[in-house]
Amino acid sequence: MASGSVADQEGQVMLLGFWFSPFVKRVEWALKFKGIEYDYVEEDLTNKSTLLLTSNPIHKKVPVLIHNGNPIAESLVIIEYIDETWKQNPILPQDPYERAMARFWANIIEQKVREPAREALFSQGEQQEKKVKELKEGMEVVEGEAKAKLNDKTLFFGGGNGVGYVDIVLGWTCNWMETIEEVGGFKVLDPKSQPQFHKWMANFREVPFIKPTLEPKEKLVEFFRMVRQDRLGLVANK
Amino acid sequence: MGEEVKLIGSIQSLFSFRIEWALKLKGVEYEYIKEDVRNKSPLIFKYNPVHKKVPVLVHGGKSLPESLVILEYIDETWKNCPLLPEDPSQRAMARFWAKYADEKCLIAVWQAYMAEGEEKEKAMGPALESLAFLEKEIKGKKFFGGEKIGFLDLAVGWIPHWLNVLEEVGSMKLLDAEKFPSLHEWAENFIQISPIKECIPPREELVSYFHSALIYLRSLSANKP
Repeated sequence: MASGSVADQEGQVMLLGFWFSPFVKRVEWALKFKGIEYDYVEEDLTNKSTLLLTSNPIHKKVPVLIHNGNPIAESLVIIEYIDETWKQNPILPQDPYERAMARFWANIIEQKVREPAREALFSQGEQQEKKVKELKEGMEVVEGEAKAKLNDKTLFFGGGNGVGYVDIVLGWTCNWMETIEEVGGFKVLDPKSQPQFHKWMANFREVPFIKPTLEPKEKLVEFFRMVRQDRLGLVANK
Repeated sequence: MGEEVKLIGSIQSLFSFRIEWALKLKGVEYEYIKEDVRNKSPLIFKYNPVHKKVPVLVHGGKSLPESLVILEYIDETWKNCPLLPEDPSQRAMARFWAKYADEKCLIAVWQAYMAEGEEKEKAMGPALESLAFLEKEIKGKKFFGGEKIGFLDLAVGWIPHWLNVLEEVGSMKLLDAEKFPSLHEWAENFIQISPIKECIPPREELVSYFHSALIYLRSLSANKP
């Protein structure tokens, strides 16, 4: 159902973010995929703006999308909002079962890959070993799904339509996973045991609207090294 | 939609009941397959190999786990009695709050239930804070969905019945009618609605389950180095 021009839908679109955040990047990818113009506001996480604190009073975190003055928080919630508000270039599949499976896989990625990766980055010793093990198991699950869904003709989880929801949700691994490995001092990426995943990563990095958005690894490593030291310093001083 | 609908669920699982309520609200016929969470059958390994948990919806032979994902699927497949609102920003709010309720509120309540002694008082803090946010959200409304129950009501539908049991077994009081009058009133209204009131687990069953779960979980932490 056509709902007026893109300009009507747009109103004013503002994204509050931070350059290093993989969650913010997801939302940017969704906006760029749909060709939506938006104002990007770089937040200072050591000095959060009043706009951020009033737009997301529950979590006080980025990303926050503000559309026509209406704030939406949580990256996956924002992506679904974007998909439902701007109908061109659908991100989620149209079929209800396929949509449900895409949402299911997004949750798997969050629970089994993203969360253990973050915890492995900000821990050490035995605790880190435990999280790295969980992360490796999560990667096995992802490799399994990649093996099942991808081939020489189907490069992305979005299927015949190219990049889709699951690709956007998993996309942070392309850049941030190597960073987390280097800063955290462990290894989970392995082209031998994760061949399909590595093919997917290589293809995703080359997608024209994705490529220019990927932050240089050295910049991410420098930043996360500082955050890790800061966090572990705090823990040691308790 | 003439295809067969099966729900693999468990009487102890608050997540299972969300799905039953949604199916009953929409008048969808389904076969209920009972699982015991303490003694999982091969069926659950077959239909949910990744998480091995209930609930799992099987529709026309295709299986779907994860209760909030299932709720959205049900809403998109059977269009009568909509659970999510039409407007995208209201839909986003419902999803945001359902995620918050599961990831913050329920987890915090669970931690408080497990905690002992001094730790319990401390653990109750985040649980009370999350209930305060829900109190603010329900204020001035009969249900989270407005005049009728919706997606978010089903997602937090564990509060009226399960929270009370967790409070008793966990020796704590969280949902105080004076501190959270709107949430308390919502809880009273929610359990009076059909089909909810005809579809709740026997309290003794929940008390017994959460009591033995607590002993087991505490023994696990006692055995940690």
